[in-house]
Amino acid sequence: MFKLEAKNVDMFYGDKQALKNINLGIKANTVTAFIGPSGCGKSTFLRCFNRMNDLIEGTRMDGELLIDGRDIYRGKINVDDHRKKIGMVFQKPNPFPKTIFENVAYGLRINGISHKKFVNETVERSLRQAALWDEVKDNLHKSALALSGGQQQRLCIARTLAVEPSVVLMDEPASALDPISTSKIEELIHELKTKYTIVIVTHNMQQAGRVSDRTAFFYLGELIEYDDTTKIFTNPAKEQTQNYITGRFG
Amino acid sequence: MTHLQEELKKLKIQMTEMAELVTSQLSKSITALIDGDKDLAREVVFNEKRVNAYELKIDKDCENIFALQTPVANDLRFVFATLKINSNMERIGDNAEGIAKYVVQSEKKLDENLYKIIRLSEMTDTAIEMISDVTNAYVNNNAKLARTVFKKDGILDEINNSATQIVANYIKTNPDNTIEALYLLSIIRKLERVGDHITNIAEEVIFHLEAKVLKHGKKSALLEK
Repeated sequence: MFKLEAKNVDMFYGDKQALKNINLGIKANTVTAFIGPSGCGKSTFLRCFNRMNDLIEGTRMDGELLIDGRDIYRGKINVDDHRKKIGMVFQKPNPFPKTIFENVAYGLRINGISHKKFVNETVERSLRQAALWDEVKDNLHKSALALSGGQQQRLCIARTLAVEPSVVLMDEPASALDPISTSKIEELIHELKTKYTIVIVTHNMQQAGRVSDRTAFFYLGELIEYDDTTKIFTNPAKEQTQNYITGRFG
Repeated sequence: MTHLQEELKKLKIQMTEMAELVTSQLSKSITALIDGDKDLAREVVFNEKRVNAYELKIDKDCENIFALQTPVANDLRFVFATLKINSNMERIGDNAEGIAKYVVQSEKKLDENLYKIIRLSEMTDTAIEMISDVTNAYVNNNAKLARTVFKKDGILDEINNSATQIVANYIKTNPDNTIEALYLLSIIRKLERVGDHITNIAEEVIFHLEAKVLKHGKKSALLEK
């Protein structure tokens, strides 16, 4: 069974159709990259998985989106509970104006968890998983805003991991970072897949190659090709994919 | 260790395993020749499939590393070098198979004295030592060790150069063994080519480590260093 699965997904912003009949399955504990030129629908599709598009007025979605076999747009779904299981990391690091510790503990606190030992352990584990612990362990009570961009992004990943999601969605998580920070995030993604299912939207083709197991190429709202990343980057089946990844258009 | 470093490490392990197999193939093919051991020769012919499988796997792994990991600088040269070392190793494997095939087909054993005069054992030992040195140079990033094989290749060239006259003389006195003696000459030629492949490998090791191109006659200048 797929961890995430889309069946005949159409998505509209008002009259404009942003996604056209998307069918795709994502296995657990893999990294899947969504690539394609701006406006191709990749971020829209990513946001469907945690129902973030619900927040945009005039959006409509048809088809089925299943997580662990359950349609997240049908039946009794508590969207807040659902989003706890689906972590999200954005393009620009967005730490809260709080301490490093409180940023990571935030998800636990709003869920009413206050057991000190448990919170301490979770913060440490999450920071370790996000490969940030060694850099911040002596400054946990300093402001998160004092961290560098790359550290802030890893802090946001730690904050996401603290509530133990099973899926982590990343929307261009390294595009605002310098090359060293980017490389740390990429290594982190590679390590995290043993515990999480990761979907990443990226404009950086080399990044998709480096971090992902499977790659989906979107163009004008359609899923053009979806295959093993090795296949997409060495011998894609579709000419459009070839033209995009070789920089001939887009 | 980064993801790329892990991939490069795995690639190096594969290449080293292939080098060990090829060394064993070459050694066994000559043992089979000297002992007239057809079973051992058949084993070498059979194992050539394994050598080819390594070549295909390493080719594919290099392609994937280029496509997915975009290696640069030292890492890029390492993958490039490994790709070329792979081809040369496979060709050494082909030569070992060629020798083994002759042993399987041959109807009579050659005069052991001719092996001695033509210095077959010395040639084989030198070639095996060269593969071992160049493999260690590759594994341990040792350019100095890689350079030692250029000098040793001279021994293979010298044995090869003198072989024609030795075989010609032998045929004159042993006309009944003409075909076998000519086959032996072709085996000597194969071993000489093995030496050339090993020096190609050494050039690739040096290219990886020092970014120097030693191909096509630029070797001698560096040897004098």
